[in-house]
Amino acid sequence: MLARVGAPSVAALFECVPEKLRLDRPLSLPAAGSEQEVLAELEELAARNEHAGAAAWFLGAGTYHHFVPSAVDALVSRGEFYTAYTPYQAEISQGTLQAIFEWQTMCCALTGLDVANASMYDGASATAEAALMAMRVTRRRKVLASAGLHPHYRRVLATYLGGLDAELVDLPRAASGATAPPGARVDRDTACVVVQQPSFLGAVEDLPALADAAHAAGALLVATTTEALSLALLPAPGACGADIACGEAQSFGVPMSFGGPHLGFLAARGAHVRQLPGRLVGATQDASGRRGFVLTLSTREQHIRRERATSNICTNQGLCLLMATIYLALLGRRGLRRLAEINVAKARYARARFAEAGLRLPLTAPFFHELPVVPRAGAAEALARAREAGIVAGLDLAPYAPDLAGALLVCTTELATRAQIDRLAEALAA
Amino acid sequence: MSERGPEREGPERVGHATRGLAWEEPLLFERSREGRAGAALPALDVPEVDLARELPGGVRDDVPGLPELSEVEVVRHFTRLSTWNAAVDLGLYPLGSCTMKYNPKLNERAARLPGFALTHPLQPADAVQGLLALMHRLEAWLAEISGMDAVSLQPAAGAQGELAGIMMIRAYHERRGERRRKVLVPESAHGTNPASAALNGYDVVAVPAGEDGVLHPATVAAAMDEGVAALMVTNPNTLGIFERHIGAVCDVVHAKGGLVYGDGANLNAMLGVTRPGDQGIDVMHFNLHKTFSTPHGGGGPGAGPVGVKAALAPFLPVPVVREGRDGRYALSEDVPHTIGRLHGHHGNVGMLVRAYAYIRSLGPDGLRRCSEMAVLNANYLLARLRARWHVPFDQPVMHECVLSDRALAETGVTTIDVAKRLIDYGYHPPTIYFPLVVHGALMIEPTESETPEELDRFAAALEAIEEEARRDPERVRSAPHRTRHARLDETRAARHPVLRWQPDGSSSSS
Repeated sequence: MLARVGAPSVAALFECVPEKLRLDRPLSLPAAGSEQEVLAELEELAARNEHAGAAAWFLGAGTYHHFVPSAVDALVSRGEFYTAYTPYQAEISQGTLQAIFEWQTMCCALTGLDVANASMYDGASATAEAALMAMRVTRRRKVLASAGLHPHYRRVLATYLGGLDAELVDLPRAASGATAPPGARVDRDTACVVVQQPSFLGAVEDLPALADAAHAAGALLVATTTEALSLALLPAPGACGADIACGEAQSFGVPMSFGGPHLGFLAARGAHVRQLPGRLVGATQDASGRRGFVLTLSTREQHIRRERATSNICTNQGLCLLMATIYLALLGRRGLRRLAEINVAKARYARARFAEAGLRLPLTAPFFHELPVVPRAGAAEALARAREAGIVAGLDLAPYAPDLAGALLVCTTELATRAQIDRLAEALAA
Repeated sequence: MSERGPEREGPERVGHATRGLAWEEPLLFERSREGRAGAALPALDVPEVDLARELPGGVRDDVPGLPELSEVEVVRHFTRLSTWNAAVDLGLYPLGSCTMKYNPKLNERAARLPGFALTHPLQPADAVQGLLALMHRLEAWLAEISGMDAVSLQPAAGAQGELAGIMMIRAYHERRGERRRKVLVPESAHGTNPASAALNGYDVVAVPAGEDGVLHPATVAAAMDEGVAALMVTNPNTLGIFERHIGAVCDVVHAKGGLVYGDGANLNAMLGVTRPGDQGIDVMHFNLHKTFSTPHGGGGPGAGPVGVKAALAPFLPVPVVREGRDGRYALSEDVPHTIGRLHGHHGNVGMLVRAYAYIRSLGPDGLRRCSEMAVLNANYLLARLRARWHVPFDQPVMHECVLSDRALAETGVTTIDVAKRLIDYGYHPPTIYFPLVVHGALMIEPTESETPEELDRFAAALEAIEEEARRDPERVRSAPHRTRHARLDETRAARHPVLRWQPDGSSSSS
């Protein structure tokens, strides 16, 4: 090969690098390991983490431990899917493109909106991009964020707005746990009201009322979620007046994996499609009239529009989108709705057990599968004791909602058994 | 679909794509039949609830848009879809600037270990010491590989790494009481560079390269003033050429108080050979899905860690992983002038596990060898192709080379046709029409993963296409001929957008 290139040595290929910029020593890194050795090292690191496969799990707060059917991982493990890239060349990417089109269709069905994109990085950045989109649509600069927004989403939103001429204003929480009516805070400068459904504390928000308040001032309603499963049971955000629905779809077959990779999604009304960030797949035909799919409306995107693009996003969360598409296909129209109902029922059972044990439940708003509860021994102490008994009891709310210090945020998915919930209630009452 | 006739030349002679059964497969919604389900749910072991009472705002009866299929139907559906994709596991995928290298299977196994895959981002630090140790080590390794002083693993992809980098640059200047308004971006840059600068409210100023394809200090100096916050540079650049004046270019920017952002998309050319930090770069991102073998996933997830010099470390995103005196790891928000958070949690951690496995598997010698072979492969292809193809900036390259369609001008065959015809030979086309500074660019990045025989076959395919373009241009212009679909109509898709399936059949047009 070197002879063909006309170079005397491999080193000569790097003569274009000025000598003073060349590294004159080996990189200081551990020496190469065999597959057996590297796997053993990683198994040792993995063994130092407590995980949901080996505990009774009640920690949610934006990332959820749901059962994943075996077919999901078997299918996404096909190299034809996971070793491909963005489907730029449609004729040899129809597998990826059709799956994205199917996701877009199901995302529209779940959100009650007209167009959905081919994923964002995660729920937090999807929420931030939704706010930026609302600013472009309305040409306004103020974003109102509900106190029910996940605190990390609130922080990411602030980071994304930081470099722009924008103002972020917080909407307080009512005693029930839901967002208080925004009143005069929505004004003619307001681009959007951002509300999370259900809220960080698990409360179900009154989306129609918030939509009316936003629309009355010419602003958009952005409804985000950290629990996409709720979309199968609660009224669709689009039907409640939301103009943009977005958030996190990790619950649809994506492992928790310490917070990522997950699946941001974003859907909107058809009228706003040109302001949508991210990739879109559309149906078309080939020369002989056969249906096929391509990336489309890419004049919104960075590789065409550069500094005038609607976003800088390029690589998204394609394989996580595929996981969710397979998951939704397996659960289906009835299964997903029933699964949501099971989650709700488990949480009602937990609430009943907590009440029986005399534990205080600080919020009164309707909730989905998550609620704050005040353990008898205090949050930190209760968490520690439960952990010794193999129970991950929830999230200590003190750093996130100081007025609820002493409470734990407890989540029950379909994976929480009745016996585990009984043990949890006993542990929190101790 | 009509039978596609066999060819006695072209692909039959050169490539290794052949004929086989291709399955038809409708959309999920078209396969759906009332009452089917692909997943059995557990019996409810707690009382049923009165939903109307529990959720007074109302509930949906149903999600009518979701399909109803049995498990075997779902498995066949997606298995069939998978057979319509090109992929690294099927063959050479020379998509320039995307580094489509082989993704070791070990990585996949490691990321699925329950101690990684089933962990929650809000677990206390003492419950996730293994993960924090992994992240801390990976930060240190990326810093060593790049010559940077500190690394944040949080950005989810290269473009988010750019966003984080430009935010830190903005915060750095503001901290010094300076309001700079401009970011310089070479004309050959990836589109994400100007888009990331604009997301930070910067005006983007394009900077041309010289006739030799590289940036010159004098050109940068002419554009440089105290209003410039940063220069964003990709090295090697998108022509595959090392920016040999990079040191002097960085000096010019630094002299006026600006910073230099390094787009790490092309790091695969430099591992163990030269380091961005030693070249004068102040901030950069890594694409773990390019350089460090994490899979591209059909369009992600990637991971785009960002590395900085010490002066920018006080601006890193939070949280950061810190090692205590007792050797225990913690997540800390204690970064004095942090830009904040870009991700809901700690980034695409599953990808970090895979990159860790890769760096441990290769070690320092293996990483250097990887770059050497990537550069040798690109130069070998260039040497073979030069005789028949126009090479716009003909000089030694690093990990990728760029051809143009100029030599085919009189045939009427253009780059898109060449790309589509390559598919008939069993190859994923290169990146096309990028960089924008080359007319009809074909940007080829073979990576280190390919054997000489494979490179020979690929070169022979491009040579055969060049010959076909002269002898039978229509054959090339109407390619691909061997795929399930003939060339798809992108203009129609954009003019009459159909972005979801609807029961009235408005998306089924065949």
